[in-house]
Amino acid sequence: MGATVAFRIEIGLKRGIRGIKDARGNAVAAKARRFLRLAASCRTRDVYKLDMGLSPEELAEVRKAFTDPVTSRSAVGRLEPPPFDWMVEVGFKPGVTDNVGATARAVARDVLDRPLGPTEAVYTSIQYFFQGSGLGRADIDRLAGELLANPLIQTMRVFSPEEWAAAPVDDSVPAVRERPDIRVETYDLSGGDEDLMRISREGILSLSLDEMRAIRDFFASEKARRERAALGLPEQPTDVELECIAQTWSEHCKHKIFAALVHYIDESDPADVKEEWIDSLFKTCIRDATAKIGNEIDWLVSVFSDNAGVIRFNDRYNLAYKVETHNSPSALDPYGGAITGIVGVNRDPMGTGMGCELVANVWGYCLGSPFYDGDLPEGLMHPRRIRDGVHQGVIDGGNQSGIPWARGFERFDERYIGKPLVYCGTVGRLPRLVTGRPSERKEIEPGDVVVMCGGRIGKDGIHGATFSSEELRKESPAQAVQIGDPITQRNLYEFLLEARDLGLYRALTDNGAGGLSSSIGEMSRLSGGADIDLGKAPLKYEGLQPWEIFLSEAQERMSLAVPPEKLDEFLALARRREVEAAALGAFTDSGALTVRHGGRVTAHLDLEFLHEGGPRMTIEARWRPPRIPAPPAPRKGPRNRTLLKLLASLNVCSKEYKSRQYDGEVKGLSVVKPFVGVDGDVPSDAVVMMAEHGCRKGMVLAEGINPFYSDIDAYDMMASVIDEAVRRVVSVGGRLDRIAGLDNFCWPDPVLSEKTPDGPYKMAQLVRAGKALYDVTTAYKVPAISGKDSMKNDSVRGGRKISIPPTVLFSTIGVIDDVGRAVTMHFKRPGDVVYVAGVTREELGGSEFFRLLAREAGEPLAYGGRAPSLDIPLALGLYRAMNEATGRGLVRSSHTPTLGGLGVAFALAAVGGGLGADIDLGAVECDGGLADDAKLFSESNSRFVLTCAPEDAAALEETFRGLPLRRVGAVAEGRRLRVVGRRGREVVHTDIDALRRAFKGTLYGV
Amino acid sequence: MASDIPVLIITGYGLNCEVESSVAWEMAGARPERVHLSDLVERPSRLGDYAALMFVGGFSYGDHMGSGHVFALRVRRRLGAELEKFIRAGKLVLGVCNGFQIMVKLGLLPGIDGEWFAQKLSIMQNDCGTFQNRWTPLRFEPDSPCVFTKGLAAAGLARFPLPVRHGEGKVFTPDRKLLERLEALGCVPCRYADPETGEATQEFPYNPNGALNAIAGLCDPTGRVFGLMPHPEAYLYPENHPRWDLQKMRGELPTEGLGLSLFRNAVEHLRRL
Repeated sequence: MGATVAFRIEIGLKRGIRGIKDARGNAVAAKARRFLRLAASCRTRDVYKLDMGLSPEELAEVRKAFTDPVTSRSAVGRLEPPPFDWMVEVGFKPGVTDNVGATARAVARDVLDRPLGPTEAVYTSIQYFFQGSGLGRADIDRLAGELLANPLIQTMRVFSPEEWAAAPVDDSVPAVRERPDIRVETYDLSGGDEDLMRISREGILSLSLDEMRAIRDFFASEKARRERAALGLPEQPTDVELECIAQTWSEHCKHKIFAALVHYIDESDPADVKEEWIDSLFKTCIRDATAKIGNEIDWLVSVFSDNAGVIRFNDRYNLAYKVETHNSPSALDPYGGAITGIVGVNRDPMGTGMGCELVANVWGYCLGSPFYDGDLPEGLMHPRRIRDGVHQGVIDGGNQSGIPWARGFERFDERYIGKPLVYCGTVGRLPRLVTGRPSERKEIEPGDVVVMCGGRIGKDGIHGATFSSEELRKESPAQAVQIGDPITQRNLYEFLLEARDLGLYRALTDNGAGGLSSSIGEMSRLSGGADIDLGKAPLKYEGLQPWEIFLSEAQERMSLAVPPEKLDEFLALARRREVEAAALGAFTDSGALTVRHGGRVTAHLDLEFLHEGGPRMTIEARWRPPRIPAPPAPRKGPRNRTLLKLLASLNVCSKEYKSRQYDGEVKGLSVVKPFVGVDGDVPSDAVVMMAEHGCRKGMVLAEGINPFYSDIDAYDMMASVIDEAVRRVVSVGGRLDRIAGLDNFCWPDPVLSEKTPDGPYKMAQLVRAGKALYDVTTAYKVPAISGKDSMKNDSVRGGRKISIPPTVLFSTIGVIDDVGRAVTMHFKRPGDVVYVAGVTREELGGSEFFRLLAREAGEPLAYGGRAPSLDIPLALGLYRAMNEATGRGLVRSSHTPTLGGLGVAFALAAVGGGLGADIDLGAVECDGGLADDAKLFSESNSRFVLTCAPEDAAALEETFRGLPLRRVGAVAEGRRLRVVGRRGREVVHTDIDALRRAFKGTLYGV
Repeated sequence: MASDIPVLIITGYGLNCEVESSVAWEMAGARPERVHLSDLVERPSRLGDYAALMFVGGFSYGDHMGSGHVFALRVRRRLGAELEKFIRAGKLVLGVCNGFQIMVKLGLLPGIDGEWFAQKLSIMQNDCGTFQNRWTPLRFEPDSPCVFTKGLAAAGLARFPLPVRHGEGKVFTPDRKLLERLEALGCVPCRYADPETGEATQEFPYNPNGALNAIAGLCDPTGRVFGLMPHPEAYLYPENHPRWDLQKMRGELPTEGLGLSLFRNAVEHLRRL
């Protein structure tokens, strides 16, 4: 079973020619040296195995077509190997997406000039030839396991030269040949509670006892029994039905924690304990806040109802924005999980309203340190490997899709070792009218055809990440991991835009989590029902059970409602564009979702029950402020070394090395880029880009994230990240009155259980973050238009539980009236006046400075103290003044301090400008008397470091009249940053090149 | 008035710079039309309707099996004869990034000795091993017959930066004699340059890929067939420049993006015909 004979072609670079470098092999050798301390050279080869009928002449022609005649040579069977000590061949397991193989198949089809059968395929693998003295088998096993192959999705074989010579030529292919009988199972729910929970557990359904009971009761109802009997369905639920319900009711889709009834007890003042019942955090803190703001503004188009939030941009276009997380899949297979994350979130705006064009991507990762050298629990990948894979996945996904990246960040903390957070987001652009109708509307008529298009269905991603690798049999398809294919999706995307503008469909949505069960389940609500036949869905290979077809998360698929009179035209266009499309059935108004397989009914689910029938959770939340010690105070004296260490710290330092591998210029619309300054190597506060060619009005993207403040109070964390995300937009010149936000909550499990005794505290953190979201968004009139939560970011491995710190990414999208008035963050000209706007307070709790001190004291989590607070009226006053000042062109540079406070802000503005500055901390506006350290490193909110031309100083000061704007110094000709503190003592005096080296060194080449 | 210069922009299969490329031609005064390769191969004679043709940037077939390789195979098979006719008729062909890679893999470049479909050069993975996205200073050679870059030096535009965005940009041949011939024929109209000296450079990151002789673009000996790795269509507006903020402060901001000058040259050439 499994292996069948195929034709093998090996292709390698020509040898012995100067200038031909094996860059792929060199990269592997460099990583082996750097990370594993193994010295070896590495040469690589590509292997193609063609599982198809070929004559010798055809095979020769295909081989030729596969080979670059200038740089490469190839052979059928084996190509003579280069000298080597070890060879590793890495291929895919059966059923894993092989994108290169799919392209090679298309080439073979072109060369042969005949259609290929469904089982005729090409499979690829890569050979790595290593040479190094003293390289043992254990070394090579380690190298292969840690750098080359992921056993979840790949196979790996290691050969010595003798073994290679003795081994037969491997012409086996990882085809899926299993042909199990197609069966629909029935679950007997008539047993007791224990039986119900066993069914839930064994089926990996993640349904609670209350939910299992609700399902049992529903199927026992008179109406259900009558309807089922009429359709020939058993009384008890089928696997298709139970799986569909489990999917629809999952935390991932239903957001049960955010929808729960919360009993919140606030014990922060033991003398006055407060108690409160909260009827859904989502409704009361997020949706109600946006609704309230919506009464006062006129540019919200569609919020919380579609795949992405939609706002008005100009007369012609709306903008849609969505940010997602793809954490668990990225932990299992960093590359595949992350590429799926980015191309998956692309489909959200694609499936919003009538479908968007995609204009920008954002990404951000919370990870363990790539330099981590502590113990790693069994089964976890090293954070460096996760980081490399995640970056490469999003790099490939974004670059190959032709969507520029706009924003990116990385945060590092040991608590992300158990579960990395992988945020991916996409901005789309939607013409306000499509074929004459408002494009945000989603309507479906009974009788519209259910069409699925894009990729084919395999076992990809079924049950998401809950499967572990051990449960997969060797020749089973790798079920848990999907690998995105940006090129298939690009074809689909172009086709859909073409079909949209021809008016060939009425509605569409993407297939993400839950696959068809989720997309058709959601869409059927618009018409009132659907009746589909899974037997009509195109499959990657035979043998999928109906429930698997229904739940598969195979990528690059969209579901559409096509009016029957347009169906032929729609399908014809799909064929021309080589996009897979299949009609699966029809939308109805029956009130039910009916699912057939080959005509036989396998599921019949009442829509009301499916979407609203789940019981609600009640969750306890108890807030007691934690007591975290502050780190020991450092000795008095200059802070040059401290500043350099802060610049070099993982969270502050330059992320340019990896960022340069993302395409940020495609579409030609970029204005303020992710990196700015005379050498383009310092991060901008926010990016500005045009949203339409030739239109001076632009969009602004920024974000705030700071998990460290959560350790002190999640209220302050939430307020601070919203403030940061807003003031970044304001800093570059974006309008305060046109900013919308996206909230992405990532939390550890906050529900009290044996595994989670501190659930009530974590839930209280969530409540406090929600309250801050309400307070700050309504005060700023910055509506949250879309969001997502991921609530189980814990890992238990090797007996050790690692929970992430509560983390919220708040992403902002704003508008700037004229992109040519955008302001960048770096100092521009010697003699310019330097100001600090805003008030600095003693707010060092959770700060980069305290965390540095805590690490150095050997107590890395002892960074307690006051976290940054928010003075809302003051912030609004400053932001309005900033809008006026930047609008009038009075501001030469503006930079908002974040991690590392004013010290890091001055340093980066100087490095970016290639200019020094003389600063007097005594002039900084403070709340009470502050020590120099607090002035320099406190991370107080709502501040800016501004510069202006001397001749504009009076006008700028006038603009900020009545607000804390203090002249603190001047930009200097020399390349030295000099900061004086109390009694005129020099606190910092250093060369900006030293600052630059510190900032850029840590992650360069990593 | 609608322009009388029709330009064909081929799309599909992972190419993705068709919008900004169309805008570039339009701003330069031509009438671009985007046609999916699958529509074009159905009726290859449509090529005859156009005065110029552009292979745009992107990731055709995901760069699998070598960038541009698979798209080139398809074009050679399905459009080869019409394409040859097109070039022999004296029309213009431009390729950017993936489009340039496609042209080199096809053999359209360097297009010497009247051979348009025999691959003579290749474009390899960057020496640094990774995709690179950065604005890179370029120098445009005054002695090249290239229609697209002609007169740039005389117009004071001998040097300006354009963004590069590629993982495979190293122009390579093992044949030193061929390289010498290409230089002698003026087939190298632009190179990666040192920002200080303006001289051609092999030094990373200014030469982002290790291309031989710092070759950033190539043309055929007539100068009508031209391709380059950097993206002129991504510099249509002055504010695209990475230091436009400083240029503006100094009063040096150009009125339009300098990448547009290559398209303007092409349109002027076609107008004069």
